[in-house]
Amino acid sequence: MALNIIPRRRIKLIFFTAFFVWWSIWALLQIMVLEDFGVSASRAIADGVISNILLAGTCLLVINNMRYYLPKHEKYWYVLVITFAHSLVWLLLTRVSLWALYKSDPGYMSSLSLTSYIRYAIAFLMIGCCTVLSLLWYTQQLQEADSQRKIDMERLAREAELNKLRQQLQPHFLFNSLNSISALTGTQPEKARHMIQQLSDFLRGTLKKEEQKWTTFEEELQYLQLYLDIEKVRFGYRLQTNIDCEEDTLQMKLPSMLLQPLVENAIKFGLYDTIGEVTIFISAKKVNEYLEVAVQNPFDESTSMPLKGTGFGLSSIKRRLFLLFSRYDLLQVKKEAEQFITIISIPPEHESNYN
Amino acid sequence: MKVIIIDDEPLARMMVKEYLQSYPHISVVEECNDGFEGIKAIQQHRPDLIFLDIQMPKINGFEMLELVDDPPQVIFTTAFEEYAIRAFDAHAADYLLKPFSKERFDKAMQKLQQQATNTTKEIVDTAMLSTAQNNRIVVKDNGKIKIIPVAKVQYLEAADDYVKIITAEGTFLKKKTMQYFEDSLPPQEFIRVHRSYIINAQLITRIDPHEKDSHLVLLTTGARLPVSKAGYSKLKDILGI
Repeated sequence: MALNIIPRRRIKLIFFTAFFVWWSIWALLQIMVLEDFGVSASRAIADGVISNILLAGTCLLVINNMRYYLPKHEKYWYVLVITFAHSLVWLLLTRVSLWALYKSDPGYMSSLSLTSYIRYAIAFLMIGCCTVLSLLWYTQQLQEADSQRKIDMERLAREAELNKLRQQLQPHFLFNSLNSISALTGTQPEKARHMIQQLSDFLRGTLKKEEQKWTTFEEELQYLQLYLDIEKVRFGYRLQTNIDCEEDTLQMKLPSMLLQPLVENAIKFGLYDTIGEVTIFISAKKVNEYLEVAVQNPFDESTSMPLKGTGFGLSSIKRRLFLLFSRYDLLQVKKEAEQFITIISIPPEHESNYN
Repeated sequence: MKVIIIDDEPLARMMVKEYLQSYPHISVVEECNDGFEGIKAIQQHRPDLIFLDIQMPKINGFEMLELVDDPPQVIFTTAFEEYAIRAFDAHAADYLLKPFSKERFDKAMQKLQQQATNTTKEIVDTAMLSTAQNNRIVVKDNGKIKIIPVAKVQYLEAADDYVKIITAEGTFLKKKTMQYFEDSLPPQEFIRVHRSYIINAQLITRIDPHEKDSHLVLLTTGARLPVSKAGYSKLKDILGI
């Protein structure tokens, strides 16, 4: 959108200066030609000035018209008709003005009559050029505004979608947690209070994270820990976790709430696809400038559906990564000996679509 | 009155037990973590009532009930299961939405005494038809529970009150109707070609004319199955021939 960078007022100034210079040269040329054909200097000047002022005025009129009415269909006929009519009007006006000035000079008047066709031809060319140029200019402006609007709309839609993906909170999780709290209230009120605290912190996290879109991995891990603690109260001994992150990953940045759905997915499939104790492994390392996080959960190959693509509930995470980085290769899944491993590679912030 | 509580979350079971303390005539004979334990416990104790969670490991509450021959009365407890709730409403069965209050719990217990038992099977059928969970079939095989992903099913054959499920691993039986499977399996992948047969469309290799008005379909597994006139036109529609 390079054109939009130049302010409107400057465009106007440039246009009028060019327009003025152009017509001055044109008038000068006409005066010189007339003098060559033996018209006296004063008449040649008057003729040149009057006809070109009128012609310039007509051109401005045509350009201005185009601003308010841009033909969508039959553009070429429109140009032809406008040019034809305006040239005719201009010719009439010039003839009348010059006649009013020099009606007493039959020699000049007859040379004026003789040059009518050539004058008309020149006017036709000039007005035609102006009409076509202004038509092109305004059409381009319109298209630019159109495409700008489209870009704006796409950006808004993308942001809205990202927001939605970020906020996806499983109602299951919330209601089951509330049920656990309800159960604890009777026998272990202290524990119940503690869990309310954790759940509140977790919910506050989901609300807060909407504003700040990138956080440090350390913060995200704390948030994850909160989530895991709540899940551990729910599932008791069945859920074990093992977090192993390299020191230099902690200060790396990532889009907020990106990992929680990944872990939620792992817990869901780990706990609902197998029986007995389940350990979820979370590990992180720095690979080039990328933050690589792996989440591992057990699964039962014989009963889970043959995977289509990455399968499971990972599609929304994939979508989010695509919206953020325009890439589809950042999420990978592996199956190794009854273990399902999801690996997410997070590029540095400057590679995202929003910075 | 004997009661079994089946829920994968210990705190959720604790909650039900606590509420049951005000019913002295009721004793909780067993608590189960999942459907497998549930089936065993039901067969062993023959309870009068079970509290059953829906989302559980491996098999869900409905799938578990399918495998119980003579199910007791059931009060479903669930956090959020849109489809399931529709199934309950359709049969006026009672369910408790977690978290639930003591008042709500008492109401469910009162309602229980008025309710007939034979609706359980119907609830299960409706729920199974409407859940998105139709990508697998759960069967009992020599007392063991087997989960068959539908993609592994080659074809189904009617056998009196049962339906035979033929897979590469063997043949399994399930007490359901052909109509039930026709309705619940993905319609583009499983085609009822005959009164007694539903086939996996992926496995079709050839369709040959047989006697008048009927055909034979050959599967990649080598099985040859009859195709009725109506079945043939269905095949033509779906395969686009």
